[in-house]
Amino acid sequence: MHGEHDHHDHGHDHDHDAHDAIEADARPPTEFEMLEQAIRELLIEKGIVTAAEIQRQIDDMDSRTPMHGQKIVARAWSDPAFKGRLLANAKRVIHDEFGIDLERSPEVMAVENSAGLHHMIVCTLCSCYPRLVLGIPPAWYKKKAYRSRAVKEPRQVLAEFGTVLPDDTEIRVLDSTADLRYIVIPRRPQGTEGWSEERLAALVTRDAMIGVTEARTPATDPHREAPAVG
Amino acid sequence: MTVRGNVAFRFKPGDRVRVDTRIPTGHCRTPFYLRGKVGTVVLVHGAFRNPEDLAYYRPGLPELPLYMVRFPQAHVWLDYVGPSGDTVAADLYEHWLTPVAAGVRDAR
Repeated sequence: MHGEHDHHDHGHDHDHDAHDAIEADARPPTEFEMLEQAIRELLIEKGIVTAAEIQRQIDDMDSRTPMHGQKIVARAWSDPAFKGRLLANAKRVIHDEFGIDLERSPEVMAVENSAGLHHMIVCTLCSCYPRLVLGIPPAWYKKKAYRSRAVKEPRQVLAEFGTVLPDDTEIRVLDSTADLRYIVIPRRPQGTEGWSEERLAALVTRDAMIGVTEARTPATDPHREAPAVG
Repeated sequence: MTVRGNVAFRFKPGDRVRVDTRIPTGHCRTPFYLRGKVGTVVLVHGAFRNPEDLAYYRPGLPELPLYMVRFPQAHVWLDYVGPSGDTVAADLYEHWLTPVAAGVRDAR
């Protein structure tokens, strides 16, 4: 979605200024983009918000990345007591122990995968997503294809993400229809005994925390040492 | 029934419930694919403002109980391709749920 981040500040007379050139799309704006621009400009003209405040909010959104979630999962893998607190009250624990301000966030709930149980998150009604711990959702998460297929044929969707799970593993789709946002704690990969939280965090991907993949393994760790040659 | 604060919770974990089939005008947070389906309450999330009111700038009070309700996929989708243990769960407000008596079978 470009609409929520575009930042045109020209008027409605279609004069193309220098600012326009770097943002202009080849296609005409959609109705939603025009609506967003009109409302934004009205709010600024009426003095309800300033352009700087909007920009700060965009910067704030952009500063949230899956890194928060990676650290949370790595600690949950390393510290059973922390994991217990996280599963019991994720929002408070993430605020208290990671300093992430969740005051304006909806409730957050962590769900844990295990042998025989795999969670997968979707929002069929819109695109609810735990932005404060995972950042901006990926484009596919907001598409109708994912939103409709995730609840109806989750195993086929998972297979398209390269995730094939045995029949005796329950696929538990969570449709975040209301006031809660979900984050998946994937299974800790084998062969990571004794790893530091920092090293473990590199194995935790955004997609694993949505539940469309499992965590990386030591073999697919992006920070692994290159095998000795010869 | 459990009362917490000012809110009475009609359902508890383990209760079987059916999702209402009504089709109201305006905003609501009950997906169509679950309407008429029978599931099991697995979590009581607490009380939240009614989104059907909030969508129109009304206060959404009194708060409504919100539950996580889990459904067998094979019940939700008659042509579901996958093992019978697969499930789908959604968060549903109490005014969309009616009790299902023990012994009533899911309409599979």
